[in-house]
Amino acid sequence: MAATGIFDMPSYVQSSYLGLVWLQLEVSLGATLAGLVISLPIGQLCSRLPKLYPATLGIVTLIYSIPSIALFVLLIDYTGESETTVFIPLTLYTLAILVPGVVDGIRSVPRDVLDAADGMGYGRIRRYLTVELPIALPTLMAAVRVAAVSSLSLMSIGATIGNYGGFGDLFLLGLRFFDNRLIWVGLISLLVLSVLCDLLLRGAQRLLTPWARSLRGAS
Amino acid sequence: MITFENVSKRYPDGTEAVAELSLEAPDAAITVLVGPSGCGKTTTLRMTNRLVEPSGGRILIDGEDIRSRPVAQLRRGIGYVIQHAGLFPHRTVADNVATVPRLLGKDRRAARKRSMELMELVGLDLAFADRYPHQLSGGQQQRVGVARALAADPAILLMDEPFSAVDPIVRKSLQEQFLQIQAEVGKTILFVTHDIDEAIRIGDKIAVLRKGGHLAQFAAPRDLLEKPADAFVEEFLGLDRGVRRLTFISASGLSLHTDALVKQGVEPTAGQLEQPWLLLVDDAGTPIGWIDPRSPNAAPIPIGHPFIAGGDSLRAALDAAVLCPTGWAVGVDEQGHAVGVVSQEEIAVAIREAHRASLEAV
Repeated sequence: MAATGIFDMPSYVQSSYLGLVWLQLEVSLGATLAGLVISLPIGQLCSRLPKLYPATLGIVTLIYSIPSIALFVLLIDYTGESETTVFIPLTLYTLAILVPGVVDGIRSVPRDVLDAADGMGYGRIRRYLTVELPIALPTLMAAVRVAAVSSLSLMSIGATIGNYGGFGDLFLLGLRFFDNRLIWVGLISLLVLSVLCDLLLRGAQRLLTPWARSLRGAS
Repeated sequence: MITFENVSKRYPDGTEAVAELSLEAPDAAITVLVGPSGCGKTTTLRMTNRLVEPSGGRILIDGEDIRSRPVAQLRRGIGYVIQHAGLFPHRTVADNVATVPRLLGKDRRAARKRSMELMELVGLDLAFADRYPHQLSGGQQQRVGVARALAADPAILLMDEPFSAVDPIVRKSLQEQFLQIQAEVGKTILFVTHDIDEAIRIGDKIAVLRKGGHLAQFAAPRDLLEKPADAFVEEFLGLDRGVRRLTFISASGLSLHTDALVKQGVEPTAGQLEQPWLLLVDDAGTPIGWIDPRSPNAAPIPIGHPFIAGGDSLRAALDAAVLCPTGWAVGVDEQGHAVGVVSQEEIAVAIREAHRASLEAV
């Protein structure tokens, strides 16, 4: 049963190392992306109707506090032992980070910039896409990075409903089969993947917001 | 021409920002809306590009109701400058200036070319084209704001306290340059300020508004200073309105004494020794200072500042005389060569004369 290389997986893992990497990225980053897609309209609504924000913030924080095991058990009746059962809670958890990120980002757009845009004849949608969103991006991307890294780590618990925890599977299987090597490989891989994701997102942010770079340089 | 017909703005909570305002802002002229805070001047401006909708009355541009056109189209045809410029922080200076031409569908290259023309017009170094707004000073940002408003060559410009956020020295130079640009482009401008000095300096017509959006007076600057409509306007104009009025009277009517000028190294004539003060000038005619004929060896007394005999106002002449310890003002030509001198008392006579003339003109 002894593996020949560090990245060779024993048969009870039921996946190759690269398979684990792929599942890990697909579910975590997919959940982050889905969370962003949901957070953008919610955040937009909250910044337009500020009275909604405290309640919304309360709800997303409450969701974050629901133990994932409980959500799995509830979901498993509908979505079975599948990626989806892991994907949905992860997506919901990102809201607690991304909704405030979107709101803070939109609030970071100066009032007089919006006034000037309106006065020059921007339509609602064009103003949102070409003025508000780009200016909100640095704040927004900071939240996306936190959400992505947190999802990568939270996903491990997916191991409890079968083989849907990505590297998390290795923790549970390592425990069950007394193989500490698996736990270490899983842990270090997860850390390296998190750091790489964060660096990649940071790089994307720099490319997307050249103006913010010089803003930091100037101040 | 922008016409306000009984325009009102009441908010749901009952506050009245603008009350039955009727006003005509003439073509190719700067019409200033001035008044204390809460007088509805900004609301009036923002109703012109429909950022605020009036609750009564109508606004016409060249006889056409502003509501007859789609709002985006209306706004793209009106330049808009605000206090803190409101530049897009994520776009370069050139892209900021190109905003409205791009909205109107101009291609990138043509829009950039236009940006460069405008940067030149407002006196911005073209090296700033690819910088971001936060890399510029407040005064430079405001110039970008003006360039951006002019980019699509609109007939109308709305300016909301555009020079209020910069320091007084920068403000003065922005105002002067703005007047030069206006002389070149001849836009119909509605300009909001709380600063009566700014209003008088740049306005062709001034609308003084009082709290609640009532029009207190609508007049040319000189008429405003000479004949304030009521106590409110008079108080708003401030204590030195009499002196400020002199800005509009030329100093060319003063008769200057030419016999008080003495070239350096030349002995004063006997007649000149009778003068209270002699003005020492160098070979070119540039004033050096005053000398007392009774103590010719004392150091010359500095003249303060001279006034340009043919071009400056009585206010400049009076100021020159008041500032100088001798009580005399030095008139110079455009090159700064002394042409003659005049005393405070003689300026006072000229002021009374001008006053009488303006009263007779009524």
